[in-house]
Amino acid sequence: MTLIGRAERRLFGHLGISHHAVERRHGRRPSNVLTLIMLVMLVYFALPLFWLAVSSTKSVTQLFHSFGLWFSSGGFNLVSNVHEVFTYDGGVYVSWLGNTALYAVVSASGAALLAAAGGYGFAKFNFPGKSVLFAMVLGSIMVPFTALAVPTYLLLSKIGLVNTRWAIIIPSLLSPFGLYLMRVYAAGAVPDALIEAARLDGAGEFRIFRSIGFRLVAPGFVTVLLLSLVATWNNYFLPLIMLNNPRLFPVTVGLADWNSQATTGSGSQALYNIVITGSLLSIIPLIVAFLFLQRYWRNGLSLGSVTG
Amino acid sequence: MSVGAQIRTAPPSGSGLRTARASVPGGRRKKHGTKGYLFIAPFLLVFVVLLLVPLGYSFYISLFRTQIVGGTTFVGLTNYRAALSDTLFRSGLARVGRFILVQTPVMLGFALFFALALDSARLRFARLIRLGVFLPYAVPSIVAALMWGYLYGPSFGPFAQIAHDLGTTAPGFLSSQWMLASIGNIVTWEFTGYNMIVIYAALQAIPSELYDAAAVDGAGGIRTAWSVKIPIIRPVLQLLVFFSLIGTFQLFSEPDIMAAIAPTVIGNAYTPNLYAYNLIFTDQEVNYAAAVSFLLAFVILVLSYSVILLTNRRNKRS
Repeated sequence: MTLIGRAERRLFGHLGISHHAVERRHGRRPSNVLTLIMLVMLVYFALPLFWLAVSSTKSVTQLFHSFGLWFSSGGFNLVSNVHEVFTYDGGVYVSWLGNTALYAVVSASGAALLAAAGGYGFAKFNFPGKSVLFAMVLGSIMVPFTALAVPTYLLLSKIGLVNTRWAIIIPSLLSPFGLYLMRVYAAGAVPDALIEAARLDGAGEFRIFRSIGFRLVAPGFVTVLLLSLVATWNNYFLPLIMLNNPRLFPVTVGLADWNSQATTGSGSQALYNIVITGSLLSIIPLIVAFLFLQRYWRNGLSLGSVTG
Repeated sequence: MSVGAQIRTAPPSGSGLRTARASVPGGRRKKHGTKGYLFIAPFLLVFVVLLLVPLGYSFYISLFRTQIVGGTTFVGLTNYRAALSDTLFRSGLARVGRFILVQTPVMLGFALFFALALDSARLRFARLIRLGVFLPYAVPSIVAALMWGYLYGPSFGPFAQIAHDLGTTAPGFLSSQWMLASIGNIVTWEFTGYNMIVIYAALQAIPSELYDAAAVDGAGGIRTAWSVKIPIIRPVLQLLVFFSLIGTFQLFSEPDIMAAIAPTVIGNAYTPNLYAYNLIFTDQEVNYAAAVSFLLAFVILVLSYSVILLTNRRNKRS
């Protein structure tokens, strides 16, 4: 069975819907018109990525003197572009990639762990003030990030953490939406009877969480991990305001920096090729992750939708 | 508060999760209830330190004014009054408002259409299409803006090249006349797939018994989509409108990249977030920037709350 097929079965298993109900909808006559419309739309969504891949094989001169949507006859320069990306300015791009990976992995693991424990706590315990606290968490989804990032910047600068790695990692630990997803997931995935049985056996609450709760919410945990990973990997505003040492930049801020150097044109038009190739290289890890972890993000997104 | 209310009043969409939660025996949980604090404590600590404290601090400094001569003085709501009559802030807000009115319906319309097409099971290459439309979600908004910015560009953008070969000129995608639409296209490209996947998952969760009745009535695919599927997934669509609203009001990365590519068009207050950023880092007006951010948060809060109230009332009526 394929990955997608398994994911589908898992998902519909969770939702209590028999798989054959889904299968029944398959096997209808395909519509050529609908397929054609969707393939045209697919071209639109693929076009920029195709352009990016093609353009990363061109030197700056070729960029300006060949048709943008096809390869240039004047030579295939992908390798020299990649080499230039990795060596330009003392190899700063390598630090950027490393920083992005570090920020994304550390913050996402932290955020997902906090959300998993918190979500389990909200789903499986009744304590005074629970609904008020949860309402506050949900309401905070509406708070715009500037309203947070700006004062956080000011506060962190008071304690000397601005322009350090912590300035990115610490604020990224907050994930109210992650907590919401984990609460929903834990409510469905962890049977109360199991917790009760473990309590009767004399297990402590933390042990129950570690050995039963966390295992059962693991798929939800991976989903929240992935969503936070993507959010931190793609974050731009926070590192833009927190950092001014280029060695600490994540790849998003670094590329934007190269781009403004290229466009202000101060004799550095030569940068276009490394902005383009650097962009291509920066999206490969996430695209690969998405392709291989399809079932997790599909599970997670559908989780959000079903409960919405 | 509000999202919770919306979720609770949302009609059940055939989810087993909901019933699982409802059938929890309440009595036994009380005994262990307060231990729940231990699990939520780490999250709450982060929540207080990274959300409540900064928000409170932001409000606090927004009540002051810092001048080179005279230092910091308490000015009450003066910064808010100034922001409300600040044409730069207001025009940015209005611009984002116009953006939302057009871009959100277009994006969600396409996402809904794609999801219905996938759900109809009458599509060839369904998996390829689903993946291809979703893939832009994995691309950072910075990279999306860079790609489209270069594609739009007059120097080596393919649209300009094609137009040139045809002996004409392409529209000035980066001119002030087209810029908002050009950014709208970037955002649509980035997020249609995400919305599509969420809607598609909701559609797949509809029990097929519901279609049998429609089939008996002789309803065709389009009729079924319109009068069975869309009403059932309405809460999901509302949630997506809500998230789009919040996200779009905070537009920053795309206009910031466009500002590097077309500086004269974007300026320093194209969107409220860009304005707040420039107030701090270009003009050093920290107190005023805090007031602007706070007002933006307030606008978002009021608008999302009214969206929820409005849709909840309609849900109750129907």
